Amino acid sequence: MSTTLEPTGTPVPSSAARGITGASVRPGDRVFLGLSRGAGLLILLTMASIAIFLVVKAIPALQANTANFLTSTAWFPDQSPAVFGIAALVFGTVMTSIVAMVLAVPVGIGIALFIAHYAPRRLATALGFVTDLLAAVPSIIFGMWGLQFLTPHMEGLGEWLNTYLGFIPIFTNTLGLYSKSILIAGVVLAIMILPTISAITREVFVQVPRDHIEAALALGATRWEMVRLSIFPFAKPGMISAAMLGLGRALGETIAVALILSASYDINRHITEPGGNTFAANIALRWNEAGPIGLSALVASGLVLFVITLVVNMGARAVIARRAEFSGAN
Amino acid sequence: MSGITSFEGDQSTALLRMALSGRRLPRWGVPAAAVVALAAAIGLNAVTGIDGVAGTLVVAILLFVAGQTGWSFSVEGRRHALDRLATTAIYATFALALAPLIGLLATVVVKGSQVLSSSFLTTSMRSVSPRSEGGGLYHALLGTLEQVGIAALIGVPLGILTAIYLVEYAPSGSSRHLARVVSFFVDVMTGVPSVVVGLFVYTAFVLTLGMQRSGFAASIALTILMLPVVVRSTEEMLRIVPRSLREASYALGIPKWRTILKIVMPTAIAGIITGAMLAIARVAGETAPLLLTTFLSQSINPDPFTGPQSALPTFIWDQFSSGTDASVNRAWGGALVLIILVMVLYAVAKIIARFAGVKKL
Repeated sequence: MSTTLEPTGTPVPSSAARGITGASVRPGDRVFLGLSRGAGLLILLTMASIAIFLVVKAIPALQANTANFLTSTAWFPDQSPAVFGIAALVFGTVMTSIVAMVLAVPVGIGIALFIAHYAPRRLATALGFVTDLLAAVPSIIFGMWGLQFLTPHMEGLGEWLNTYLGFIPIFTNTLGLYSKSILIAGVVLAIMILPTISAITREVFVQVPRDHIEAALALGATRWEMVRLSIFPFAKPGMISAAMLGLGRALGETIAVALILSASYDINRHITEPGGNTFAANIALRWNEAGPIGLSALVASGLVLFVITLVVNMGARAVIARRAEFSGAN
Repeated sequence: MSGITSFEGDQSTALLRMALSGRRLPRWGVPAAAVVALAAAIGLNAVTGIDGVAGTLVVAILLFVAGQTGWSFSVEGRRHALDRLATTAIYATFALALAPLIGLLATVVVKGSQVLSSSFLTTSMRSVSPRSEGGGLYHALLGTLEQVGIAALIGVPLGILTAIYLVEYAPSGSSRHLARVVSFFVDVMTGVPSVVVGLFVYTAFVLTLGMQRSGFAASIALTILMLPVVVRSTEEMLRIVPRSLREASYALGIPKWRTILKIVMPTAIAGIITGAMLAIARVAGETAPLLLTTFLSQSINPDPFTGPQSALPTFIWDQFSSGTDASVNRAWGGALVLIILVMVLYAVAKIIARFAGVKKL
């Protein structure tokens, strides 16, 4: 974002112009500046207090905990002595997000390419609107649909993976049960983060200079060669950060995952079997039954999730900072 | 080219084109390959007994890809074969994305319309057991409108003010570094998971400040989720307001704050409204923060500040978790109402954006 703040890039009068208008002496301006600066500061204050409150409220549980917070897979924070750890949650969160990323990144880039460079111009706007609609669907509806509609269709895939690719440990299924699995949750997450990834990559793809594209085509490149020679190199930072922003969304998604997974606190490498749990889903599922230490333990797990998403998002921003103006918020 | 054709006629044009671009598949090649692949898949289907439309389609697509690529490879060479393969893959990804959207919307409409009626919209769940039919989501609809409404009342002005600070004041003033930090954290804020925001509101406002779990607590969470979206979209709109408009205003001696209010804002207002509506649509379906900051209610509570208050997402969650046929049907009904609400907001926002963008000079 930093480059957008350069004075040359903004339509704001230079200091000379400001001097002429005498902006600094008017009381109305002082009030307005105060208000708008206050709003900006409030955002910083909010972010700071999120961190502070989560840390403060996580401390009681972390002090009461008798197990290792990082390596334990148990979740009995309201017992005395309290025993809980995030190992199972880390595993479930990472696995669902990996499945989601493996599926959503190539498909999202494909959609962006289709809309930006393959679809007829006239159709492209409408298609962009349609993929944006996918982003507007509330996550709880994705969860219900995933559970009731997608699960029966995915069971066949699970069986197929077990039969033909079962020699790969993650596809082995020893239970013969294929519903409520990490795989299904990952597929639903993939559908949910598709619009994020495709919208941002599309934004970058349409900004590839016309000259680069035409130069490649003039040299006799096929369309795919043009994509590889002109579009991908230019759009690479944008694609990486789009993927990371999608990852951030997948890591923090709550309700859809909470509905689909049958929450369990173990590390099961067989992703087609029922089970698994994520940070966010665990918070939603355990919230209303938790006692004081239980709540504090959930806050502690939320703090870990906050830090992870913060790192991922800041990484994404750092990558794209070189080519400003894509923010994901639009 | 045209000079040569006029001498030699059509046949040599074709020859020349072939010489320039190499041998290509005929125009009918792609559809023909598709038809052959589909026919072969149906034939195979009868022989091997692969079941279902989906299986047949998958086989047909695989045959099409293999056949087309092979044919293209033998006629046009490796580069064009690869190009056709990539084109097919890119078209396929788009179809792959459309399928869940259509499937999801169809499911919601079909299942939801079974329970949707005027009584569903105008009654609450008070003294309706999970097993029995009937009841409705009036209480939840009311809750959502209030909670989202309050969030919008707080979040939209705050977001617009922040954007004004970032675009109009910060770059020329002494606080460039502060603005850079604010801008960075606005971006980071978009990525904070909604469940974490719910945790924050609970720990800060409920545990520490002693506020009740209530509709208003949910509004605070929704405000935080809405803010960065409003800031970014408003910022973008303010940045495309032509500089000459501001300068003309300053030249007439109009103070900066009046210039912003009377000149810059009206010019960008359509875009700002669009951004705000998209932000509202985005938070209207949030479930996780509401689960953490409100208590569920089965009856009508018009007061967002005290007592349990349901909202559409928590109503859906509650009914779906109850798990009886009647309650799951009600959940789908709630999903239909929620999706209509969100889509209407979304569509109106896009229509405003299309017909009243920033006025160009």
